Amino acid sequence: MSRRRISLRQELPLLVWLVIVWAALWQNFSPGNLLFGALIAVLVARLFYLPPVELGGRFNVLRAIPFGLHFLTRVVAASFQVLFLAVAKGPKVISAVVAVPLRSHSDLLVTATGHVTALIPGSLVVEVDRSTSTLYIHGINVRNAEDAAQVRRDVRNTEAGLIRIMGTKAELSALNQELGS
Amino acid sequence: MNPETFSGDAVIDAVSAVFMVVGALMSLAAAVGLLRFPDLMTRMHAATKPQVLGLFLLLFALGLQMRTWWVWPVLVVAWIFQLLTVPVSAHMVGRAGYRTKHLHPELLSTDELEAVVQQAAGKSGFTEDDGDAAAGRR
Amino acid sequence: MMQIVLTVTAVVLSLAAGGAIIRIARGPSLLDRVLAADVLLAIVGAALCIDMAVNRHLNNLMLLVAVSLIGFVGSVTVARFVADRRELPRES
Repeated sequence: MSRRRISLRQELPLLVWLVIVWAALWQNFSPGNLLFGALIAVLVARLFYLPPVELGGRFNVLRAIPFGLHFLTRVVAASFQVLFLAVAKGPKVISAVVAVPLRSHSDLLVTATGHVTALIPGSLVVEVDRSTSTLYIHGINVRNAEDAAQVRRDVRNTEAGLIRIMGTKAELSALNQELGS
Repeated sequence: MNPETFSGDAVIDAVSAVFMVVGALMSLAAAVGLLRFPDLMTRMHAATKPQVLGLFLLLFALGLQMRTWWVWPVLVVAWIFQLLTVPVSAHMVGRAGYRTKHLHPELLSTDELEAVVQQAAGKSGFTEDDGDAAAGRR
Repeated sequence: MMQIVLTVTAVVLSLAAGGAIIRIARGPSLLDRVLAADVLLAIVGAALCIDMAVNRHLNNLMLLVAVSLIGFVGSVTVARFVADRRELPRES
């Protein structure tokens, strides 16, 4: 797999992102600036070669918007929860390290799930086991097995949402079968 | 027409004022958590995560105050950079903390990583990553 | 109204910065101090943001992006370094 040519379609999300960053940093969205940004993006992508991200090949915008809104509400709720814990419980807070086995084995989905989980206050990814795709999550205020099960359920729900947004077709059908049965 | 635009302005001002105060409170939450939580891992929860919401609210208030459309892409890019970087640094610090035993076992209700690490230590580490973890716990 | 907001946020952020500095001074381990320094950097970013919003300019926007990126690079580097340093004496 050393320096396999990657197709333009696979590289396109990265290039578009680089152009957006370029234009946003200059605060100038004129066509000339965008063209120059695209030129620099291609140059950077060619010179500083990174292994390609293996995308699932689909992206469901309709699923992504509710997921984003749900994510925001959870971040707000959990931020205030952590604030409350800091003020009320303080030094006596009990937490736990919970192992959460994930359904997907693709690097992209495991990374995305870990990212989203870590961004929601109250859960933190301590360790990742890639061979079994298990996330070890440190959860705050996890006092008993019930709370640990809740953490596990939350993370697996997050993963299900991400699979619906950008998982491969095989993962999606496996998920539907699991939820249907 | 004139009073209406004025009240619209006042509403925008009020919303951004509330957002700024709540955003500042999120920074205070981080500081309170830093001071009051007992070990490194719980402190990390308080320290890194409320900042995500805090910066979001502050950038939103800034965007409302500027009232021009071309600042929004910059603000979104700034926030996305934070979204991408915060979990990574939190994970790195948390992992280093776990491996160097910066936590109090009596404050954990369960530790499902402990058994795995012990097992990996017994096997003397078949991958580089497991070897690292084993060495950290010995 | 903006003056009131400015005063309130200034007080709140000063308290927060004070707390972070206390943790830097007292923190039992290096990682605690790194974490507190990260929080301090985020508070500086928040202050820059509020300054821009109240005075309606964008001069510090790039500084804000740079500050958050530097905080990231700093804490990741130190975390990596700490993990290596503390493991060595135990192994030998």
